[in-house]
Amino acid sequence: MADLTTNFLGITSPNPFWLASAPPTDKEYNVRRAFEAGWGGVVWKTLGSEGPPVVNVNGPRYGVIHGADRRVLGLNNIELITDRDLQTNLDEITRVKKDYPDRALIVSIMVPCEEQAWKDILPKVEATGADGIELNFGCPHGMSERGMGAAVGQVPEYIEMVTRWCKQYYSKPVIVKLTPNITDIRKPAAAAKRGGADAVSLINTINSIVSVDLDTMSPEPSIGGKGSHGGYCGPAVKPIAMSMVSEIARDPETQGLPISGIGGVTTWRDAAEYITLGCGNVQVCTAAMTYGFKVVQEMISGLSQWMDEKGHVSIQDFMGAAVPNVTDWQYLNLNYVAKASINQDDCISCGRCYAACEDTSHQAIAMSDDRTFSVIDSECVACNLCVEVCPVEGCISMVPMEPGTVDPRTGKTVEADYANWTTHPNNPGAVAAE
Amino acid sequence: MNSQYTPGVVPARLSGDALVQNFADLHAPLAPHEAAVAADRCYFCHDAPCITACPTDIDIPLFIRQISTGTPEAAAKTIFDQNILGGMCARVCPTEDLCEQACVREMAEGKPVEIGRLQRYATDTLMAKGIHPYERAPGTGKKIAVVGAGPAGLSCAHRLAMLGNDVTVYDAMPKPGGLNEYGIAAYKSTNDFAAAEVEWLVSIGGIEIKNGMALGDQLKMDDLVGCFAAVFLAVGLGGVNAMGVDGNDKDGVTDAVSFIQELRQASDLTMLPIGRNVVVIGGGMTAVDAAVQSKLLGAEQVTIAYRRGRDAMSASRYEQDLAASHGVQLLFNVQPKAIHGNGAVAEIELEYTSAIDGKLSGTGETVRLKADQVFRAIGQTLTSDGGLTLEGRKIAVDEHGRTSRAGVWAGGDCAAGGDDLTVTAVAEGRDAAMDIHATLNGSV
Ligand SMILES: Cc1cc2nc3c(=O)[nH]c(=O)nc-3n(C[C@H](O)[C@H](O)[C@H](O)COP(=O)(O)OP(=O)(O)OC[C@H]3O[C@@H](n4cnc5c(N)ncnc54)[C@H](O)[C@@H]3O)c2cc1C
Ligand SMILES: Cc1cc2nc3c(=O)[nH]c(=O)nc-3n(C[C@H](O)[C@H](O)[C@H](O)COP(=O)(O)O)c2cc1C
Ligand code: SF4
Ligand code: SF4
Ligand code: SF4
Repeated sequence: MADLTTNFLGITSPNPFWLASAPPTDKEYNVRRAFEAGWGGVVWKTLGSEGPPVVNVNGPRYGVIHGADRRVLGLNNIELITDRDLQTNLDEITRVKKDYPDRALIVSIMVPCEEQAWKDILPKVEATGADGIELNFGCPHGMSERGMGAAVGQVPEYIEMVTRWCKQYYSKPVIVKLTPNITDIRKPAAAAKRGGADAVSLINTINSIVSVDLDTMSPEPSIGGKGSHGGYCGPAVKPIAMSMVSEIARDPETQGLPISGIGGVTTWRDAAEYITLGCGNVQVCTAAMTYGFKVVQEMISGLSQWMDEKGHVSIQDFMGAAVPNVTDWQYLNLNYVAKASINQDDCISCGRCYAACEDTSHQAIAMSDDRTFSVIDSECVACNLCVEVCPVEGCISMVPMEPGTVDPRTGKTVEADYANWTTHPNNPGAVAAE
Repeated sequence: MNSQYTPGVVPARLSGDALVQNFADLHAPLAPHEAAVAADRCYFCHDAPCITACPTDIDIPLFIRQISTGTPEAAAKTIFDQNILGGMCARVCPTEDLCEQACVREMAEGKPVEIGRLQRYATDTLMAKGIHPYERAPGTGKKIAVVGAGPAGLSCAHRLAMLGNDVTVYDAMPKPGGLNEYGIAAYKSTNDFAAAEVEWLVSIGGIEIKNGMALGDQLKMDDLVGCFAAVFLAVGLGGVNAMGVDGNDKDGVTDAVSFIQELRQASDLTMLPIGRNVVVIGGGMTAVDAAVQSKLLGAEQVTIAYRRGRDAMSASRYEQDLAASHGVQLLFNVQPKAIHGNGAVAEIELEYTSAIDGKLSGTGETVRLKADQVFRAIGQTLTSDGGLTLEGRKIAVDEHGRTSRAGVWAGGDCAAGGDDLTVTAVAEGRDAAMDIHATLNGSV
């Protein structure tokens, strides 16, 4: 069976599935049970400075976007960092680490943007024996209004400065957690690298309002009739997070910087995808909050099975394997031509492909009186919409055309050679092909 | 108290509680959570095959989507726009032969979207609020007579009233509703739903129902045509085919529809007598309903005797299974030969049949079954044709429901064409109303 052991920044864990800093990792009770359930590591719920802890709202903290059958697709929260006393957390961390030496235990921290604050807390964290720290520069609500969290993460200079302090006053690996509430994710990542970060982790949650109560006119979750934006996570944010991960993985300035992938990881497949985009491990929150700690069992068995099927013996074997294939639009091969093709044996005649293509695409699907649906190759632009709206997975496929054959839509022969927009005659800025 | 084993035809074979349980809803209504889960399964098909399969063309994907977005009242309106008796149809339609058979998920997984139960969920929600979602158009001044207050007549009357006409509905029976009130199996229409639905339907206004008025008795066709701008005939099939068998007149031999009618009107089911051994002759929905309800009343042994093979039975496979699951025995390829007994029936003698070139004949081999009651369910017939031209054994109509006489339309079971189903009667009543209105008022 494939070996899922992961070495991230010299920290080993039995598998790449870590719980992200969040309610699942808020206390000793949870973390022990998570380890017993099989999680490879945890990032402890973010600690704040000594003194009276923050307080949370006493009304609802969460809102959700549901899919069919009330599947949780997106989760929104207005929770703050830990609301428990610093010393209690530190004592618990010390005990847990001692009892689970083979698991990764990272401490998430958020203290004010002053050197003294970091100087005070870091030795205390060091004393717990935890394997590393993660700097929470991502929380988009509450803490950011106090100049912390996302308020730091949105200013690359601050990131660099704080990271440098941490490297100065703490001996073990420092991971910088990034906020997605920014236009170009490469900037904060590069700043973290300049500050000496050992890795970045991303994404934290996205500013969001998930719903409005149409009776009270309050955004939800509603606290006595008022709501504020929260942080969005869960399956819905995975595409956003993966795009950001890929940008960091392929940008020359940040290439090679270890990445911990976070955002919507719900199954082994999500984790495998993050790893192929350059992540050394993944962190999970919403899936655990939705289904409990047991979900990790499917992640472990699924990833092992897939790795065995592919002949991968370790995570390293496929880490970053998809990065070279992430490119810019202008380099996509415009000579690649495909056509949709419907497998009539699988088709259940629902007509959704027809409605989608006829009303919103290229009128490339024909419907007969007996409800047989077929693709009109001379109209199909291979947009993939029908493939995605068909309720039967695999029923419609995209079939590439062989070079040398004629595309009935354009009347042009499909070329074997690669050619992209940079040399296309319609591009005013095209460079002549040599 | 009696038991299942008490000889003869006696009441109270089961306790009152057991009877209440037996005659509860065949398909329990969906709770809101169940409705949400069921609604999520609909794919919102393009030009959906379920719509085509519904005789009233209800926009099924639309109403299901309205349920899933938390607006079952709007869903109900979508249903009623096409089928004002959508509440009853949700209970009695053989969906396994109609919309649900056509559902693409039936083809994909053998498990269709539960259209019937979702339809009930939506219509029950709106009706429970006491809302009637239609207003009448400005009056046309036209007066129209509808004869028969069954599904066809009620559907026609509602549509005509909505379009601004004044409608008088005549019915021979003491209560309106037709077979909804007197014929449908009790476990399909519980809690007096038929009566509640009629009350809700007529609350639009402009409809006057006059019971105890029979065409051929108190009413004459010529008078109706003379007094009203148009007449819609929806008298159903009131007669029953005769069974030419020795001993047919013995006590305990009755028509299945009479038995069901008595059952539907019974205020206390523990007072209703039922045989220990019951034999039902026939192969349709009526035979199944009579047999199942006999069983539910506590008969020990109930047999359906049908003269042809299983495949020829007009009761669907679903209904056959329903009967079998209640412990009804199905006997195929047998026909009644004689009914024996001293005054009252004691035994029925059945002869095996074989079909040669589609023609049925007895083989000579016979079998005798104990029987305290024999129900005839061998088909209903037209009783009042109003002097109109017939096609086969029903009133001839064109595609608009027009009969051979000007100013007279017909629809439902009494008119030729279409299946004898509640939903088909509703469709024909509605369509005839549209044509009557267009004919009288120029346009719709
Ligand atoms: C036992 C039984 C069970 C059935 N179960 C189902 C089922 O589960 N699902 C389904 O879809 N269909 C079922 N059907 C069929 C369905 O009930 C009929 O197709 C439907 O009721 C026909 O509607 P209608 O309006 O044409 O006639 P009816 O419902 O028969 O109504 C006719 C009305 O006309 C009145 N009338 C008759 N003669 C006169 C007259 N001379 N003057 C004045 N009024 C008159 C009657 O009193 C009655 O009210 C069943 C039928 C029977 C007999
Ligand atoms: C295929 C596609 C193409 C789009 N093209 C444009 C565009 O050209 N200009 C634009 O302003 N927005 C474009 N959008 C964004 C939409 O206008 C809209 O802002 C976005 O899809 C979010 O809305 P929705 O998810 O609620 O549909 C596009 C969206 C899609 C799906
Ligand atoms: S790929 Fe796009 S254009 Fe082609 S048939 Fe499908 S929906 Fe239409
Ligand atoms: S969407 Fe898929 S199943 Fe539906 S008609 Fe098209 S090909 Fe068939
Ligand atoms: S056929 Fe089935 S899935 Fe399609 S619209 Fe009708 S009920 Fe929904």
